[in-house]
Amino acid sequence: MTGVLVSTTINGDPVQFACPTDEVLLDSLRNRVGLTGAKEGCGTGDCGSCSITLDGRLVCACLVLGVEANGREIGTVEGLVENGKLHPLQEKFIEHAALQCGICTPGFLVAAKALLTKNPNPSEEQIRYALAGNLCRCTGYDKIVRAVQAAAKEMRKK
Amino acid sequence: MRYETPTTTKEAATLLYKEKGQAHVLAGGTDLLVRLKMGTIEPDLVVDIKHIPAMQAISKSATGFKIGAAVCGAAIGEHAALKKAWPGVVEAANLIGSDQVQGRCTVVGNLCNGSPAADSVPAMIAAGAKAVVVGKDKRRTVAVEKIVTGPGKTSLAKGEVIEAITLPARPSNSGDAYLRFIPRTEMDIAVVSAGVNLTLQRGIVKSARVVLGAVAPTAVLVTNAAKAIIGTKLDEAALEKLAAACSAACNPIDDKRGTIEYRTKVAGVLAKRAAKIAYQRAGGTL
Amino acid sequence: MGHDTNYQDRDFKIVGTRVKRPDGIDKVTGRAKYGADTFAPGQLVAKVLRSPHAHALIKKIDISKAEKLPGVKAVITSADLPDLTGSNRSMTDILENCMARGRALYHGHAVAAVAAIDEQTAKQALKLIKVTYKQLPHVTDLDEAMLPGAPIIQDFVKQDGQPSNIAGISTFGHGDVDAGFAEADVIVEKSYKTEQTHQGYIEPHACLASVNPDGSGELWVTTQGHFSFRVVCSTLLGLDMAKLKVTASEIGGGFGGKTHVWTEPLALALSRKANRPVKLVMTRDEVFKASGPTSSTSMDIKIGAKKDGTITAATAVLRYQDGAFPGIWGMLGAMTAYACYDLKNVKTVGHDILVNRPKVAAYRAPSAPMAAFGVESTMDLVANEIGMSPLDFRIKNAAKEGTKASYGPVYGPIGIGPTLEAVKNHPHMRAKLKKNQGRGMACGFWFNFGGQTCVDLNVGPDGTVSLTIGTIDVGGSRASLSLIVAEELGIPYDQVRTNVGDTASLGHNDTTEGSRGTFSSGMAAIFAAREAIGVLRARAAKMWDIPVEDVVWANGTATAVGDKHSNLPPLSLKQIAAKAPSTGGPIAGHNEVVADNAGVSFASHICDVEVDPETGGTKILRYTVVQDAGKAIHPDYVEGQFQGGAAQGIGWALNEEYIYGADGCLQNTGFLDYRIPVCSDLPFIDTQILEIPNPNHPYGVRGVGETSIVPPLAAIGNAVSHAAGVRMTHIPMSAPRILKAIEEAKA
Repeated sequence: MTGVLVSTTINGDPVQFACPTDEVLLDSLRNRVGLTGAKEGCGTGDCGSCSITLDGRLVCACLVLGVEANGREIGTVEGLVENGKLHPLQEKFIEHAALQCGICTPGFLVAAKALLTKNPNPSEEQIRYALAGNLCRCTGYDKIVRAVQAAAKEMRKK
Repeated sequence: MRYETPTTTKEAATLLYKEKGQAHVLAGGTDLLVRLKMGTIEPDLVVDIKHIPAMQAISKSATGFKIGAAVCGAAIGEHAALKKAWPGVVEAANLIGSDQVQGRCTVVGNLCNGSPAADSVPAMIAAGAKAVVVGKDKRRTVAVEKIVTGPGKTSLAKGEVIEAITLPARPSNSGDAYLRFIPRTEMDIAVVSAGVNLTLQRGIVKSARVVLGAVAPTAVLVTNAAKAIIGTKLDEAALEKLAAACSAACNPIDDKRGTIEYRTKVAGVLAKRAAKIAYQRAGGTL
Repeated sequence: MGHDTNYQDRDFKIVGTRVKRPDGIDKVTGRAKYGADTFAPGQLVAKVLRSPHAHALIKKIDISKAEKLPGVKAVITSADLPDLTGSNRSMTDILENCMARGRALYHGHAVAAVAAIDEQTAKQALKLIKVTYKQLPHVTDLDEAMLPGAPIIQDFVKQDGQPSNIAGISTFGHGDVDAGFAEADVIVEKSYKTEQTHQGYIEPHACLASVNPDGSGELWVTTQGHFSFRVVCSTLLGLDMAKLKVTASEIGGGFGGKTHVWTEPLALALSRKANRPVKLVMTRDEVFKASGPTSSTSMDIKIGAKKDGTITAATAVLRYQDGAFPGIWGMLGAMTAYACYDLKNVKTVGHDILVNRPKVAAYRAPSAPMAAFGVESTMDLVANEIGMSPLDFRIKNAAKEGTKASYGPVYGPIGIGPTLEAVKNHPHMRAKLKKNQGRGMACGFWFNFGGQTCVDLNVGPDGTVSLTIGTIDVGGSRASLSLIVAEELGIPYDQVRTNVGDTASLGHNDTTEGSRGTFSSGMAAIFAAREAIGVLRARAAKMWDIPVEDVVWANGTATAVGDKHSNLPPLSLKQIAAKAPSTGGPIAGHNEVVADNAGVSFASHICDVEVDPETGGTKILRYTVVQDAGKAIHPDYVEGQFQGGAAQGIGWALNEEYIYGADGCLQNTGFLDYRIPVCSDLPFIDTQILEIPNPNHPYGVRGVGETSIVPPLAAIGNAVSHAAGVRMTHIPMSAPRILKAIEEAKA
């Protein structure tokens, strides 16, 4: 493999990895850095289960090359826990049974956090459209939306 | 696969010009990486344009707006002045994919990918947008409707890259709108779409551009549809003529997303609806 | 020890409360390990070569160049797998579906596989494999496959001694339908069609296989049934079952599609050949092309009724395609079609038909949704002709305790009547509708299954309890099972931990399908807990030196009863556990059971839609699920099953379908064009849980996971008929189909 060295920051920590130029960031994160929280549901940007943030923007890791991450800041689901405490979104997802099989959950959490960072008081419709890029096959989205609403309410109190 | 990150447009153009093998421009990557994954392309060279300052910003001047080729859809949606002047162009750009895709995709990429169903294209053509095309030796400005020549094909010569899209200065009492039909509420490629741009004078349509998407090999600028509403206040009869002209201009296919019959019928429906929205945005009352 | 499976009415202390699931934190932090989330030192990456043709003879496969590519460690074709010709037909079919033998039977059928040091090398190796195909005529449409002259898919399938694509014909019913129709005042006869859909689980199939030269091996896999996978894989590879340890990962959705093997035997065979661990993950387009979607169907429904609303006769002729290998899908359709109703004269005939498509697998209440679409749509048509409300028409004919079901058995106490009454009284029915909006309702049924189950309950030295189960947790059953054990033992929920054991840890457990997970493992857990209580009482008796008959267990405590023992303070489970080493060693309870009589589950759904008359676009405005759960162990997860099944049914009704070209190839192999509902497509889905206890389960539990996918197709069809004035007979009711129907109605 003719690889390129990539220097990046992941969830606030400096990380380096080497990857071929045609490898996508999702594979670099999962196979080289060991962060398997982001999942491959489709590999073509249609399901959102590989959602991460790149320099603060919500993106699909399967639509970014590993080499494009050089010098950038990446946020994954593993970075939601702060000082050992679950993020309100994580707590509310469990409390509201917003996951069944849980495979889509990391993607939803990253996407929901990106939404609430931009818009701390979204309407139901805004939540649904912001999360339209995250597919769930188990829940019908009902409890996911309720969990996001509850987390938003909780976060606005702080 | 070689991966390059030029810092000037000329450098990018030169790299593309010199490459003997398969070369591709990488902006957002939301089309390119899908083709890479599916194995339909095997690039020898990928030129990442996101490090070129001339492509990174949205700027406003007396002559209009300039949107750099590396600007992502989300950033377009966040630009208040652009949104105010060109709500149709902005809403079209923001319909490309999910929020995740919006964090990366670009309107120039959307254009150059050459899909007949590209969302940003009908609105840009209706707006009279132009593309700033840069080769290794020269630059030229081309109407956006002249860029795509067929599905997946552009008029760009080897070594040419689009640096930015320009939108003309906005006369007062102008409005634009873009509508598309998709089977779900999000995440689908347009089955049929319509972009309408109007300027009014005392409530009467003074100038208009009506463009359809996903009903022909390229987006269609329907001059008869514009003629049908120019000089009117968008009454029912004018709107019916507009719809008929749009349906007549369709040359669609049957595919996994829609039928000829469906696209032809709904093109007229959407053009009417988009015209009404553009009219109201231009200050008209219906 | 025999256990009493009969329902016992009681007040529950913990069962029925909404506790947090034990795997929740792992899943929200990204720690939980799914099929593709594990790695072995020295692992190889596998890739599969698949047929580009719908039907072709495989004349030759030349793997020599691929084998020589540096980094390639093994290449296999069907030559590396056993030739099961002549033995158990179902095993032969499974193996030939996993890897084509002599003939590619569908677009995407596996023909070869490689294992290499990385994905790039594996992909390169696939390109170097030369396959010489001779294309054959193909047929992908099930009605065309039944016509004389259609290409024959399987030589061993015959009707009347002649080669045929009709693999089975099943008939159910009772009474005299001809006489029944003669009595009818109104008869409606209509034909319907449903296109093929896929379970659409977000996690593709993935496994990591490691086989040693001594015939032992390990398989890590995302599956609904690791014990079944052990049986099948060891049989197909000639391994002893006890030597193959299968560990189930967390599962990222299954819905029936992960009850069968697709690539696992290939990974094991590659590992055996290369003598290294092999990781095999399907890509999304492989999942659509080459796993197990559900059937497409066509059907003819006929219902006759008297003016007073009594159905006098009902028939259904159903045609289901099985893909390229025979299955029971037509049979299941024929069994479920009229299960909701009390009918004097009923006859259903189900055909199983072969086509050049992937081998059909179960999809949540398999075959029931399609038949229900036809029947429930026709029920509305009959009601309209009589002038009765569709709801009252169903109430009048609903099955009840004592009804002889159309598929044979006599029902015990069941929920169809109660769900209909609940719908009648539901506020949803009174909500106002606007222009272009319409409301529809429909009913559904599923059998639910029991099956082989065993569990181990172990009391730890500190008194906390471990329950090891063999059924996969697809939707939160670990929480429910912990609730059950906590209830039985009388201890707090958080003192019980349920884990899914690997195949080396327990006896055989049937697959989690048929909504049997909580039902079966729950039953076994109850009996295991009762056995453990017996042990705890005996230990307390020993500690006190009194007869065990004088010890009772309640609220997590052993108490000595009788005046002469009144000086003995009660002993908690913790205290007994602490003394275990000196009273007889580890304390445990165990149970093996073939759980039976899972209790049929009925549902009634209400749906409001708005149809854009100019585009045919349909929006779901409001949706309500009313279903009988028997006993809801954990209401959140029962609601979740109701909502999830409804959402799948909505996608099926409006947008999901396999689109084949004239070349017999699948055109939509991704989530872009195989359109499952997204978050903005759906409203909140209201649920109402009814509890009519299953008399054959100690807590009254019925399976709940499947029924909710059955009513939506017709509920939406009926709603669209009111919103747009057109009766849709072709699923999915996509916008082009609805607009065409609207235009034709105007003309």
